[in-house]
Amino acid sequence: MSTHRRIDVSAHGPVTVVQIVDKKILDESAIQEMGSEILGLIEQDGRRSLALDFSHVEYLSSAALGKLITLDRKMKGHQGRLSLCSIRPEILEVFKITKLNKVFDIRKDVAEAVAALDA
Amino acid sequence: MGTKTNGWHKELHLPSERGASRHIMEELLDQLATHGWPQSDVFAIHLAAEEAITNAIVHGNKLDESKTVHVVCRVSSQMVRIEVADQGPGFDPKSIPDCTLEERLDVPNGRGVMLMRSFMTRLEYNTTGNRVLMEKQRDPAADAAAE
Repeated sequence: MSTHRRIDVSAHGPVTVVQIVDKKILDESAIQEMGSEILGLIEQDGRRSLALDFSHVEYLSSAALGKLITLDRKMKGHQGRLSLCSIRPEILEVFKITKLNKVFDIRKDVAEAVAALDA
Repeated sequence: MGTKTNGWHKELHLPSERGASRHIMEELLDQLATHGWPQSDVFAIHLAAEEAITNAIVHGNKLDESKTVHVVCRVSSQMVRIEVADQGPGFDPKSIPDCTLEERLDVPNGRGVMLMRSFMTRLEYNTTGNRVLMEKQRDPAADAAAE
């Protein structure tokens, strides 16, 4: 059983829900650590349906966006699926401005993300 | 430095180390709240300031401990003005590719300046490209939406 500092992991049937613990995804080392923990779920644990829950996240930087893009690529490379959910309006605006809402599968909440990934 | 009747201002030199924005950010956010800026604007200014300072430290000064980043912040109830200058050689902001082009959407970096420009009312670099000036005017529509 892996120990995580930046994420909380729970199973919802075949879908793994990953709640991001930090309110601010800002510090470079924290971003790397979060990325490594999620990457471990994909590459070591073989999870192929991940819902990233942003309900605790109040702020993120462009470096965090970059990490999410890298994780999304990794997941697609493993024929898996990654959804983002429970994103507050200000952060959703960041995804829209950068048009990353076209890259990521963004869902309203965990229930909707789990339903989509389990379909 | 300090709060005046016409607003608050602070000027300082930050070390060229990751996370150095913490030396100014908490106070800046407190002052935005004190001056009644709505949450959506606080988010926007926070993001722009973080991106500008990170760019100056990482891309401008390249984490060189012998260099500093000069930051000047002014906050009033109607206007926020932030200047961030590094001691690097500068860059041409026009050289940054458009990250919203279809073929660049999955490139992990290059979004900081675009977000700064989107979230602030005014964004200008000096000719050398090692100092950025950002301003945000209070938007009555954002105030109305927050009520």
